[in-house]
Amino acid sequence: MTTTAITPVDFDDAIARFDPVLGIEVHVELGTATKMFDGAPNIFAAEPNTAITPTSLGLPGSLPVVNAKAVEYAIRIGLALNCSIAETCRFARKQYFYPDLTKNFQTSQYDEPIAFDGWVDVELEDGEIVRVEIERAHMEEDAGKNTHVGGATGRIHGATHSQVDYNRAGVPLVEIVTKPIPDTKGRAPEVAAAYVRTLRDIFRALDVSEARMERGNVRADVNVSLRKDPSAPLGTRTETKNVNSFRSIERTVRFEISRQAGLLDAGQQIVQETRHFHEDTGGTSSGRPKSDAEDYRYFPEPDLVPVAPSREWIEELRAALPELPAARRRRLKGEWGFSDLEMRDAVNADALDLIEATVGAGASAQSARKWWMGELARIAKDSETELPALAITPAQVAELQGLVDEKKINDKIAKQVLVKVLDGQGDPAAIVDAEGLAVVSDDSVLTGAVDQAIADNPDVVAKIQGGKVQAIGALIGPIMKATRGQADAGRVREIIMEKLGVS
Amino acid sequence: MTDSMTAPAMIRRSAAAQAEALRAGEISAEELTRAHLDRIAAVDGDLNAFLHTSEEEALATARDVDARRAAGEELHPLAGVPVAVKDVVVTKGQPTTAGSKILEGWVPPYDATLVEKLRAAGLPILGKTNMDEFAMGSSTETSAYGPTRNPWDRERIPGGSGGGSAAAVGAYEAPLAIGTDTGGSIRQPGAVTGTVGVKPTYGSVSRYGLIAMASSLDQAGPVTRTVEDSALLHELIAGHDLLDSTSLPDPVGSFAEAARRRDVKGLRIGVIEELEGEGFAPEVRARFTESLDQLERAGAEIVRLSCPHFEYALGAYYLIMPSEASSNLAKFDGMRFGLRVVPEDSPTAESVMKATRGAGFGDEVKRRILLGTYALSAGYYDAYYGSAQKVRTLVQRDFAAAFEQVDVLASPTSPTVAFRLGEKIDDPTAMYMNDIATIPANLAGTPGISLPSGLAEDGLPAGIQFLAPARADERLYQVGGALEALLEDAWGGPLLAKAPELAGGAAR
Repeated sequence: MTTTAITPVDFDDAIARFDPVLGIEVHVELGTATKMFDGAPNIFAAEPNTAITPTSLGLPGSLPVVNAKAVEYAIRIGLALNCSIAETCRFARKQYFYPDLTKNFQTSQYDEPIAFDGWVDVELEDGEIVRVEIERAHMEEDAGKNTHVGGATGRIHGATHSQVDYNRAGVPLVEIVTKPIPDTKGRAPEVAAAYVRTLRDIFRALDVSEARMERGNVRADVNVSLRKDPSAPLGTRTETKNVNSFRSIERTVRFEISRQAGLLDAGQQIVQETRHFHEDTGGTSSGRPKSDAEDYRYFPEPDLVPVAPSREWIEELRAALPELPAARRRRLKGEWGFSDLEMRDAVNADALDLIEATVGAGASAQSARKWWMGELARIAKDSETELPALAITPAQVAELQGLVDEKKINDKIAKQVLVKVLDGQGDPAAIVDAEGLAVVSDDSVLTGAVDQAIADNPDVVAKIQGGKVQAIGALIGPIMKATRGQADAGRVREIIMEKLGVS
Repeated sequence: MTDSMTAPAMIRRSAAAQAEALRAGEISAEELTRAHLDRIAAVDGDLNAFLHTSEEEALATARDVDARRAAGEELHPLAGVPVAVKDVVVTKGQPTTAGSKILEGWVPPYDATLVEKLRAAGLPILGKTNMDEFAMGSSTETSAYGPTRNPWDRERIPGGSGGGSAAAVGAYEAPLAIGTDTGGSIRQPGAVTGTVGVKPTYGSVSRYGLIAMASSLDQAGPVTRTVEDSALLHELIAGHDLLDSTSLPDPVGSFAEAARRRDVKGLRIGVIEELEGEGFAPEVRARFTESLDQLERAGAEIVRLSCPHFEYALGAYYLIMPSEASSNLAKFDGMRFGLRVVPEDSPTAESVMKATRGAGFGDEVKRRILLGTYALSAGYYDAYYGSAQKVRTLVQRDFAAAFEQVDVLASPTSPTVAFRLGEKIDDPTAMYMNDIATIPANLAGTPGISLPSGLAEDGLPAGIQFLAPARADERLYQVGGALEALLEDAWGGPLLAKAPELAGGAAR
């Protein structure tokens, strides 16, 4: 383990002199009803140690049974990543000791994964496509969760005791491992994040996981190595564990490239090890040394029979795959007529589903985009929430736009109504009715207000009648004020012109 | 109870006969259960066959069966006949230790599938029987709770690892018992105690709730005094279990019917050359040969054949078994159940694990964990575990080739009669040799039965073993039932009747 302080090299300088190679392992928690190998419910945030059976606790005598739904989900993921699906595959035991590991081995797949040899196209910010090769996707179970109590940092060092929650023990996971990703150069941080984002979107489209990064549903282990140039052999890699936001993935890659370049410049060796990412500093620190020779004593799990999915089933699953995110984006862009920039903004804001649903509820694509990427995006940003978490439905947005299109309300009123919807006061039309917010185009009401304004502003009237028609604005202002902004401005102008005999 | 038979006499009958007496109202289940509990109280101090007895629960089950029978309810044929369960099988609410200190005082929160079946059928569970620690041993001497003694000679071992179950059945403490057989632990104790033991086809009886030694070899089965009793108990505990993915989906055969058939005409019996020669005691071989003669006279055809890879089976077994055991026993870490030893100076997870295992596991368990850990290590895997799996395939092919020529295979169950306590405990290799004849069936997943073949050296019982192809357990009951009848005719009664009376045991 290296403890010597080395100055990291500036990122651009590092990239100019070294060639980074990435490797990314993504774990996704499957959203099955029960766990990977037993009937305990697969639920998030239950009371500790309530979602358990003898098997998820690893009690003596308990046995695993494979969750067929998890196998189906793993195959669907494999197919979506253009992988081959194994004719027969097995589970193996991966032996290591840790208090959150109930059996002190993890049941995983080793030399016979369910899916292998695939690829996925990753679209970068500027529209460029990078193809990432997939080595394998395999099934395994999660461990329990340790909470370290008594220390300042919440880490095990300094803790007086630890509590273990086995609710998560046995949650089904699929681990997706890339082949080395070469030739990313200075875009390496962006490629890494975009790759994980692409997978996240695929998991959601397949409906195999909630894929919520912040809950750890999707976790990435980021491998980085440097070499002198693309013809040189691969350098020694480090593996930064459990990075769980896109921004953290970018920062991890950026930091490791700078750090490793600093070490190499100083003539030091890169140590093959696992590392931890620190949100506060954006840096990584050494975990435990990890060599390829680490001995997990894998052997075939004797409590389980091999999994041999029939070719017919796989073809059924392939035929039933939903439209995947990249294809969907291409389709929607065409249907909606969005520019590249409009589409990218909508994707980045996680607004595609919202816009699509708003269009589905009757709004035009541009008006749906305008609401979600405009006023609502601003409100979300101000309140530090995600767009999909706002308390308004696409149907309500469409309804609001419908009221504008019918000229029942104007844009200004519409924004007021929007706030009331977000406040939970009800649907837009109901709010407009209940609060009398509809545009007033009733001539009897408007005529009274016009007469009042003419009487109050003889000098303006004189100007208008003298030929300065644009001075009408000076009369409309007070009328709008008198009608709390609800007057139909066009109709008001017409009435004034009639009354004053100008045209 | 009628005057014709007292309860102490009733317990010496077969389980089938006891069941018949219950149905006929000659005795109540409560009386029968109490008679067995009385017998345990009288003789088990000498034998140490039981680690735990559950008197209240057994009597409550018996009373319930009596009430249901009185109400005219349709009951399982064995309802009310007591059973003992090897302590490696988890029992809800009753301690389960697998013969180890590391599980001392552990009361499982769930029942093994086979225990659920016993309870559902109304068999009073008398208690848990002694065994080699984690089923590792051939003599029941590695139990952390002291050895069990052989009812024929209390200075001798009762076999292992299921010595407690075999001794309990042999000493009339229980008419039926559950054992587990990873390399012979039902059949070899059967042979040296004069009882009947069956290792069913792998997957015939669910392993859910069996504390695993070697998952790919372990199989639960019956320990009884007659072939028919084994058949009845096997039928009861067999069947597909959704909680064990290696359990067979097949319907359960009519084993008891096969046991009563008593017909071996035209049956081809193969005698395995590799399992009757060197290393097998002369009188054990003599009883074996006499048994074959009986069968031949009854119309069976005896065929000599070779299973050339059986000589490597023992070596392969002693790599695969410890490999799986080293992994299966990793869960015993002091975290969630059983013993926890916390060193005062260093209460870290790792040191607690170390101290707990140091204090909780016995020598044989530690030996096998070390062996298995070594055999699975990177760099040694191919040479040891990998090669052993290849031998396993060759043994399976030997069986397949043999069963193209014959219906069943035969050999002595164990090379010798019961040896003396302490005689082999310091010589693991000599101990392992005891299982030479039984291990091939575990490697191949095929079924086997052992039944008494007569008295050999020192007037102690010897056993004969029959092996059948996987899923052909019925053939074992057929040939076993037939031979048992022939031999009992020759002996003038069951072999067990020749066993010495135990001190404290009531007169017949």
